Amino acid sequence: MVDSRRGLIVSYIVRYALLGIAAVILVFPFVYMLSTSFKARSYVLDIPPTLIPKDPTTANYAQALGTADFARYFLNSAGVAVVSTFLIVLLSSMMAYAFSRFRFPGRRLIMGTIIIGLTIPTMMLIIPQFLLARDLHLLNSLPGLVPFYVGTALAFNTFLLSGFFETIPRELDEAMLIDGAGPWRRYWNLTLPLSKPALATCAIFAFLGSWDEFAWALTVLNDTDSRTLPIAIALFQGQHSTSWGLVFAASILAIAPVMILYIVFQRYFVSGITTGALKS
Amino acid sequence: MTTPVTTRIDPLRTTRVAGVPRRRKTPFVAGAGRRTTLAAYLFILPGFVIYAVIMLYPTIQTVLLSLRDWQIAPGADSPWVGLDNYIRAFQDPVFLNSLVNAAVYTAVTVPLQIIIGLFLAVLLNSKLPGRVAFRVLFYIPVVTSWVVVSLLFRYIFASDGGVANWFGVDVLHVFSGNISWFQGRWTALFAICALGIWKGVGWSMLIFLAALTGVPQELNEAAAMDGAGAFRRFWYISLPTIRASMAVVVILLVIGGFNVFISVLLMSGGGPGDQTQVPLTYMYNQAFKYLDFGYGAAISFALTAIVLVISVLQYWWTRRQLREDS
Repeated sequence: MVDSRRGLIVSYIVRYALLGIAAVILVFPFVYMLSTSFKARSYVLDIPPTLIPKDPTTANYAQALGTADFARYFLNSAGVAVVSTFLIVLLSSMMAYAFSRFRFPGRRLIMGTIIIGLTIPTMMLIIPQFLLARDLHLLNSLPGLVPFYVGTALAFNTFLLSGFFETIPRELDEAMLIDGAGPWRRYWNLTLPLSKPALATCAIFAFLGSWDEFAWALTVLNDTDSRTLPIAIALFQGQHSTSWGLVFAASILAIAPVMILYIVFQRYFVSGITTGALKS
Repeated sequence: MTTPVTTRIDPLRTTRVAGVPRRRKTPFVAGAGRRTTLAAYLFILPGFVIYAVIMLYPTIQTVLLSLRDWQIAPGADSPWVGLDNYIRAFQDPVFLNSLVNAAVYTAVTVPLQIIIGLFLAVLLNSKLPGRVAFRVLFYIPVVTSWVVVSLLFRYIFASDGGVANWFGVDVLHVFSGNISWFQGRWTALFAICALGIWKGVGWSMLIFLAALTGVPQELNEAAAMDGAGAFRRFWYISLPTIRASMAVVVILLVIGGFNVFISVLLMSGGGPGDQTQVPLTYMYNQAFKYLDFGYGAAISFALTAIVLVISVLQYWWTRRQLREDS
């Protein structure tokens, strides 16, 4: 008894030690970034590195939000991400609803076409999409990002939601049908309210996808004023290669909403990731 | 929604027990034929139009563009050149080198992400107090934007005043002097791989953690009673149970590895002198720096085709393995 208890304690200590090492390695870079964002420029590349900033300053944040215009880029990103998220959730839930509740000619063909979309890497399409955006006069326009963010996210979210809708008993639909409810009312008043967790998962991933998107925005946006946060940060770093404090102050602004979403909606992340792995 | 899905859905359909019919799907919701069809189309139409224009049309266009010498000026004549762009690509040392770099990146990051991720998942797969907190922490790099972490790792791997050099020179004494990480091909790839592993382990950990909850506890306890140690129990009980998930993780990570882009673009920019280009950064350069859209499209499509072939081979191979075992 004593032996097994001692064994248990030892095993706990070993496990906590290993987990602790992993936690330090995985989290330390963020702590260091946070620390640097409070350092004056002359201290950011000090050797040995300091975790607690000497003469901490909030000047980087003031400059990022003020002269460096990151407040504008934050709002640009937020606007694009919110509108895209709303459209992605609405349109993919409508498609998923049709697939899971109706039998109609071409159903399998259309579903198959959507499944193909799951396997196409978005980067492969960047050249023809650029030409398309030029022809549709959507280059260099912030609202012009939205259809591209929506279009690339639809396949995955439709797939995720149809899986969830399949689990809702059809007897409920039939009960509403007998009461004379049309398809839109059944979708809006029955399926959507019962699918809140799945919709939340979709919304979170749709928001993150649009908020963090980099390659497309970098390719189509030219005006300084219409930049989104990721490209503003990357281009700023390119021009001021040693202003690390300022770069990381802006980076903290960019990842703060993501971290808040992540901590608050943790369980939706887990379900979304594990379902997402089945994408293939 | 908190119950992980991977444990119940078997993506390779290997565990279907003979004689047990698959659950019959409940029928569709009834409705008058023509009106139901119309309603269904109306539900699908808005999303499908956007999907077709943004995804399907460009997919076809990628192939068509890759067969032309594309002239960027609107209205200019872009002659068809057949497979010239592809022939050029496979004779282009920079493109071939970019494929090697992507293969190296994949060969380094995929096994390490899987081993470390699985190790962390096994550590967390118990009633350890505080396990949720660790899981949340380990997943933070995964949810952070590639742009931010790429810049962060550039800062860490800075030649003067970077933490990596300080750690190697002043703490471990393994380097004799500061390394200029991004001035050489292999040191730059090292930093890029380090970021890939660091950012990815949380993801594979989460998938494995979900899969491990499907390991039958009775079996584990019975084996422990018979004196099987933790390692043997892991090897003979846990590992076989999670093999289907393992196959999915490997395939997805390999696809992701060959499609590495943002970290290379922002950390080394493909330099010095094109030595660390990967297919996507090279494609991006060809298209948006030299405006050679036809060649860029050929590189894109060639990469996708190569990755597709690799994935299909992996899929067949794992399916055969799993069948042979059962």
